[in-house]
Amino acid sequence: MARVTFSSEQQRYTNEVACEVSAADYRELIDHITQRYPALSRADLLQMAIAIDGEIIHQPLLERIEPNSEIHFFHFVAGG
Amino acid sequence: MSEAREFKYIGQSTIRPDGFDKVTGRANYGADLALPGMIWGKILRSPHAHANIKSLDTRRAEALPGVLAVATHSDFPSVSDQAIESGEGSLTLLDLARNVLAKDKVLYHGHAIVAVAAKTAAIAEQALALIDIEYEVLKPVLDVREAMAAGAPLLHADMFTQGLPEKPTTASNVATRLEFKMGDIEAGFSAAEVVVEREFYTPTAHQGYIEPHACTVRFEKDGQSMIWCSTQGHFDVRASTAKLLGMELGKLKVIASEIGGGFGGKTTVYLEPVALILSRKSGRPVKMIMNRDEVFKATGPGSATRSWVKIGAKKDGSITAMQGRLAYEAGAFKGSPVMMGCMTAFTPYAVANMYVEGFDVVVNKAKVAAYRAPGAPQAEFAVEMLINELAVKLGRDPIDLRLQNAAKEGTQTIYGPKLKRVGLVECLEAARDSKHYQQALAENQGRGVAAGFWFNVGGQSSVHINMNPDGTGTIVEGSPDIGGSRASMQMMAAEAMGIAPSLLKPIIGDTENVAFSAGTGGSRTTFATGMAVIEAAEDVVAQMKQRAASLWNVTAEQVDWADGVAINLAGEERLSLAEICASADRTGGQISGRGNINARGAGPSFAVHLCDVEVDKDTGKVDVVRYTAIQDAGKAIHPKYVEGQYQGGAVQGIGWALNEEYIYSKEGLLENAGFLDYRVPVASDLPMIDTIIVEVPNNFHPYGVRGVGESGIIPPLAAVGYAVEDAIGVPVTDLPLSPPRVFGLIQGSR
Repeated sequence: MARVTFSSEQQRYTNEVACEVSAADYRELIDHITQRYPALSRADLLQMAIAIDGEIIHQPLLERIEPNSEIHFFHFVAGG
Repeated sequence: MSEAREFKYIGQSTIRPDGFDKVTGRANYGADLALPGMIWGKILRSPHAHANIKSLDTRRAEALPGVLAVATHSDFPSVSDQAIESGEGSLTLLDLARNVLAKDKVLYHGHAIVAVAAKTAAIAEQALALIDIEYEVLKPVLDVREAMAAGAPLLHADMFTQGLPEKPTTASNVATRLEFKMGDIEAGFSAAEVVVEREFYTPTAHQGYIEPHACTVRFEKDGQSMIWCSTQGHFDVRASTAKLLGMELGKLKVIASEIGGGFGGKTTVYLEPVALILSRKSGRPVKMIMNRDEVFKATGPGSATRSWVKIGAKKDGSITAMQGRLAYEAGAFKGSPVMMGCMTAFTPYAVANMYVEGFDVVVNKAKVAAYRAPGAPQAEFAVEMLINELAVKLGRDPIDLRLQNAAKEGTQTIYGPKLKRVGLVECLEAARDSKHYQQALAENQGRGVAAGFWFNVGGQSSVHINMNPDGTGTIVEGSPDIGGSRASMQMMAAEAMGIAPSLLKPIIGDTENVAFSAGTGGSRTTFATGMAVIEAAEDVVAQMKQRAASLWNVTAEQVDWADGVAINLAGEERLSLAEICASADRTGGQISGRGNINARGAGPSFAVHLCDVEVDKDTGKVDVVRYTAIQDAGKAIHPKYVEGQYQGGAVQGIGWALNEEYIYSKEGLLENAGFLDYRVPVASDLPMIDTIIVEVPNNFHPYGVRGVGESGIIPPLAAVGYAVEDAIGVPVTDLPLSPPRVFGLIQGSR
């Protein structure tokens, strides 16, 4: 199972710091999370970047999720 | 890249391909294009910081002979509230339209209201004086404290704070409240034996680029409109302008001119959509150039901030808790980089318990724009000042204390992921072992140490490499070159192809002749566009091998490639890249490689700075006497350029720490909108900025690149600030440390 850790902002909607999800890829991951936490906006989730095992990915649509991956959602970072 | 490897070209400081054009004046900047029939656009700006526009009458201006068009906010088609790309900090299309030309209300001194295009710049200026506007002047709010106070005048009656536990029922100047937390902050402070805390202030500071904003545009009703402008992201200019004007992307070509500095400030649009409206209405090409006064008043400065930070530690130096409350000015419209401040503030430290709360606050100042590591310098000023204070209280060396608590591979960050391999420890060790740190201080001198963290980013980059029949080639990239990236692209392509860099000419393509590329910012270009260049170069090499194979009548797998030469593994033959190019017409046509990527795996960069100052206690004047910038580049593709980035970041940060600030009257009018009164450091103000390049490779980049443009501006505020504190023996909380402020601190302590 992959472990998903939510941002402080997301925790207001999940009431949990983290959860375990069985998902083969990013799209399945989003489906699982939004089913489990209906208060989390799917549209907002899709706007966020993710880190899979520490690697930051801004457009994760096609990403595979490994069974023991650690996943974090966070806001897109740009810069100057 | 996981191990150190040998490079043939990477790591050399080659001659920059854009150097000759720049030193001979041949390079064309934003103001340098003239078109047949071109007219001039000028903008009328608000004389007030906060006012309702009760009436607006442009008829007298329109009637002036020579005036060909007038534009106001009503010329924009209705726009939506969708978010758009604008460097760091969010910005909606609606706010962008109201920033570019005010609607109903002006929100800062210098806010654009009406634009006029005329046959000459003088006529356009004359016409501005004929525009009749009646204002209802309102009380301005110029600071986050004022703006957040109960009963403060509101900039936007329809803005309600996002991120509160309960949905608010009253409007506010606080656009967003956010928080990041990790561990148990109360338990962390309970475990602490020493606690330090302070409030800090950083002023509004401008990016200070030398080249003002400028553009020349031509609107073609049935064809292809064009914008020539100075920008860090011409694809973003195209997207923003097309959305504001309701145009198809394919009907608008944007050409990035040479750029005379940006530092984040040229990641959004100001003139371009206005000029295009004027061109559409007049049927003529339009040129617009801001003067320095307009640049200061109306283009994005960096956020002024007020921060409170508290840090607890055990007597053995281990930090148990870090807490912060950061309030950032967004300017007239929401979208400060406070989130970045929250995410970066504590990241140099491996501490279990952290909590930071951020507030994005609107005030009657120009909308802030990204400024080099947006949000991070202000946050880490507060944190690093306190780490130095903590070291004194614990009787510890400040570098030693940082080493004890330093973030490293596997450290959990407050914003989510654990860090991969990073080079903070290596930077701290290099600082500790530097000649600078061994040097004794003289009388009236003080020393400051500070660290800084920036994420660095990836994103979309597009490149193609077109080979010529004589074996030379052109690298066409979509990333404007603001810091020497053309040289780096040339070197990375040369390394991948095994040919001399001088055989490849790097150019910046316009929005039609290269595919979409995100703007140059976030320290992404050498990393992400570099990866696209390597991919395109490898594509060229693969095609070269295929062509050689066809000439030798073998398979591509039977061809090896080394030092720019194809080798037939089945025989003795060899063909150079130039020979393969020369025969390309007979083997399938010319060779062109392509790299279109959305880069992932950006590697964070840490920096550590050392600063020694000498304070004249009779005047409060501070002189920087020694300065060393140490930073992890991952791999320095072109070391001289990397040093330049370190030095540039350090000098901008020194200016922010010592002199730079926007000065407003109580009515909210900006009083120092020029380089005479807004004092940036010049070469004669400073010693040589020494640099130490640390190289801890980023394993996600083929050559180990991290990106170096931003981290260097983060430590100077605290490095300088604490050096002054050390010299005068008085706590420092507010920047800039200009002579009157330092003199006041000295006097106050007596």
